[in-house]
Amino acid sequence: MEHSEVVHLEHHDNKNEVRNVTLVLTALTLVELALGFAMMKMVHGSAGVMATKLTIVVLMLAKAYYIVGYFMHLKHEIRNLIMTITVPLALFIWFIGAFLWDGNSFKNLRNNYDRHFYEQSKVPGLKKEHGAETKGAVHEEVKEGKKDEAKPAVHQ
Amino acid sequence: MSTATTAQPKWWNGGKSPFNVEYGKLMMWYFLMSDAFTFGAFLISYGTIRFSTNGWPDPNVVFQSFPGLGSGLPLMFVSLMTFILIVSSVTMVLAVKAGHEMNKQKVVINLIWTIIGGAAFLGCQAWEWTHLHHEGAWWGANPFLNADGSQSSTNFTNYFFTITGFHGFHVFSGVIINIIMLIMTLNDTFEKRGHYLMIEKAGLYWHFVDLVWVFVFTCFYLI
Repeated sequence: MEHSEVVHLEHHDNKNEVRNVTLVLTALTLVELALGFAMMKMVHGSAGVMATKLTIVVLMLAKAYYIVGYFMHLKHEIRNLIMTITVPLALFIWFIGAFLWDGNSFKNLRNNYDRHFYEQSKVPGLKKEHGAETKGAVHEEVKEGKKDEAKPAVHQ
Repeated sequence: MSTATTAQPKWWNGGKSPFNVEYGKLMMWYFLMSDAFTFGAFLISYGTIRFSTNGWPDPNVVFQSFPGLGSGLPLMFVSLMTFILIVSSVTMVLAVKAGHEMNKQKVVINLIWTIIGGAAFLGCQAWEWTHLHHEGAWWGANPFLNADGSQSSTNFTNYFFTITGFHGFHVFSGVIINIIMLIMTLNDTFEKRGHYLMIEKAGLYWHFVDLVWVFVFTCFYLI
């Protein structure tokens, strides 16, 4: 009964669509991973790292678009359904912007006005549990240290 | 094709769904939207805390082990997990498609592949959690230092285990739902009903789980 209420507007052939979307998702993931590997060679906290992270987020959104649009079929639904789902989700644009901005502002305020917070966050870490890699205070040391450490397999 | 789009139906005149989907599917969409807000709240909270902290652990140092291959392999294991989930999403699409064609045999095969993919993903996650737990990481315990070498807080592990745990629970529910779909298919429930629309709803849920992983994967492992 419920089935008969639905009008079949068009019957698109999605034989190639599934294959193409799979290829797109795979390609996007591979690019993301390549960027992830490239980022390891960059200087921590540099502008290049930030740009790469931004690119990865854009690729992530592209993947989300393909999954929702094609796998979840939303792109082929009628406009009413698309709107009732995507318009409320548009709130995320505001949520993400506002909260991240707020977090960043909180960090800056504390760094400026709370010496204890600032100094505490610069204390070199000493703790080293089994398996966890030690990291020097300077990033370059870590890069070199990593190679000759050549830890055995961490299996317990 | 030929019978399509004669005149645009008047969607809001009553007598039919203004969204042109059956009730259950619309409700699944609304559920997933609310679930997206739950996951979104988790991830935004994680982002806010991360933005308000001076140091944060480097994911390439934390997640760098592969079962049987040891450590020093950042991104490798999580890539495997990501591909497992993408492939299981594809097999789910194929199961839904087979349902449209009323092809029971194909529905069964693709559902089984989807269930195997989901179970494999859960197995990977179980291994990773166990491994991290052995390294001393858990809720309230963080053995990893920040990327700049400073002492880190437990925020990192708390968020990691909470969010991947919540996602893992969704995967687990998805596998259970898919197993129920498989049993119903094998019992000819959908054949008797005349349509496989229920598998579409299970499929929506399963794709959503894959979708959330895209975000979790990016937020925790890549950036």
